[in-house]
Amino acid sequence: MSSPVIEAASLRKSFGQVTALDGLSFQVPPGSVLGLLGPNGSGKTTAVSILSTTLLPDAGRATVCGLDVVADAPHVRASIGFAGQFAAVDPNLTGRENLALIGRLSRLTRKQARIRADELLAGFGLTGAAARLARTYSGGMRRRLDVAAALLHRPPVLFLDEPTTGLDLESRLALWESIRALVRDGTTVLLTTQYLEEADALADQIVIIDSGRAVDVGTPAQLKSRFGTVVFTLGFGSEPDATRAAVALAEADGRYLPERAGTEISIRSGNGSGGLTGVLRTVTAQAPDPVTIAVHEPTLDDVFLTLTGHMPAEGGQTA
Amino acid sequence: MSTYAAALSDTVNVTGRNLKTLFRTPQALIFATVQPVIFVLLFRYAFGGAIRVPGTNYVDYLMPGIFAQSVAFGAIGAAVGLSADLRSGILVRFRTLPMARIAVLAGRTTADLARNLAVVVVMTGVGFAVGFRAANGIGGLLAALGLVVIFAYAMSWIFVTVGLRVSDPEAAQALGVPIVFLLVFTSSAFVPLRSMPGWLQAFGAHQPVNALASAERALILGGPAAHDVLVSLGWSAGILLVFGALSARVYARMSR
Repeated sequence: MSSPVIEAASLRKSFGQVTALDGLSFQVPPGSVLGLLGPNGSGKTTAVSILSTTLLPDAGRATVCGLDVVADAPHVRASIGFAGQFAAVDPNLTGRENLALIGRLSRLTRKQARIRADELLAGFGLTGAAARLARTYSGGMRRRLDVAAALLHRPPVLFLDEPTTGLDLESRLALWESIRALVRDGTTVLLTTQYLEEADALADQIVIIDSGRAVDVGTPAQLKSRFGTVVFTLGFGSEPDATRAAVALAEADGRYLPERAGTEISIRSGNGSGGLTGVLRTVTAQAPDPVTIAVHEPTLDDVFLTLTGHMPAEGGQTA
Repeated sequence: MSTYAAALSDTVNVTGRNLKTLFRTPQALIFATVQPVIFVLLFRYAFGGAIRVPGTNYVDYLMPGIFAQSVAFGAIGAAVGLSADLRSGILVRFRTLPMARIAVLAGRTTADLARNLAVVVVMTGVGFAVGFRAANGIGGLLAALGLVVIFAYAMSWIFVTVGLRVSDPEAAQALGVPIVFLLVFTSSAFVPLRSMPGWLQAFGAHQPVNALASAERALILGGPAAHDVLVSLGWSAGILLVFGALSARVYARMSR
């Protein structure tokens, strides 16, 4: 693996008596998306704040593009874009003025800032609203402007702290698409979210964080196959048929534990959806063919519940 | 670009942003200008008749006090503006940018300086309209207004420090107003200190708004001015040094 673009090593941070980070470590390879997934108060924002140089760790070390976020903070800032939980745009500036200001403060010339601002406004579908004050924007537009403001100086690394919290579904999907486009162009992204589906949709790697510690790491598929179980549901023409199928499976070799409800039986598979072939072979040897087959993939909710013992916030709820 | 040139450029950009914001939030401009005008009219026509200042017309006594009062209240704007930036998250964004850190604070106080200049010009015009005359000539008046602007700049650093600690603009305002009220109304801004009880005179004689009002009067109305001017400049320099350093420290410690 090429050397990581973002690396956190045993980060610790306390605010008074409250431990926000308790030895958090992870690495983000170039051009990938790491999803930091956890409930409110799990330490996600603290971690992003340290990596984006606005908070000092108590202990541990973190680097971005090989630069130490404490010792080399000024150089780190030249390589990162940051969009926080609140759309940090100036309500009394227009969309274009907001971006041009951030461009100038990111060391672009006046002309570069203006050109780049217009590019980003176009890229985020805000050209029509470019000359309007940001206070007249909808929540989704403000959030898009906020993410655009993180990109003025084309940073190779982007930090997004709960980028879609509080957004409606349509705005959320549009922002996801923008993030995917950035990643295609080579941007490395660290994304925090309390939405499982968001981590599932965007992240190459997911770090599940709880009480300031990483409780597990993996790709969305790995996490699901490790902790979730695939459930097959077979429907039959009649209850006797369903019963015969259930008996066949129960007597097979103890691997299957079928449960019958009416004309349907459900079977948990220990080895993913690949187990379906074996199930069907066993059933059809002794019973009529099923008339319906459904495969329920595990969700990250299952993973999260298994690892932390509680459910994350529901989608749509604001932080 | 050198570090200093970059810091200057950042300060200019943040100043420009703050001035735009100021012009687009009319209530802030109204607070800065209409309120002092009301004070001029109230003290000139409602209270002024009851206030006797030996040896001078009350309106000539009043206007130096009004100048001090307007910029002292105006300085609270720095706290309101910064706390709004703190609450909106813009300050966090600024801190992730490769910009000069000082530009956030210097851009705020420089924008306030421009606003205070405008307020002082407006107040001078209003003063002349209600009968104020600078007996000591235009030179003395300009020198006095210079002192006012220097004091205003120093005061805005006090409220920069306040604004960085209070992430609620209303709270910043609520915190600032009583402090300024106390300084203005225990000074000789509106009434001579001699008319106050002794213990209050002792406080009133040794605080920056009073020093400024005394120095302005000496410059505008004539009389020995050197001592009062030095005391006022001393206050401004002291406030600037202490709160400039303190606000820079508070800003740096926001990372803790």
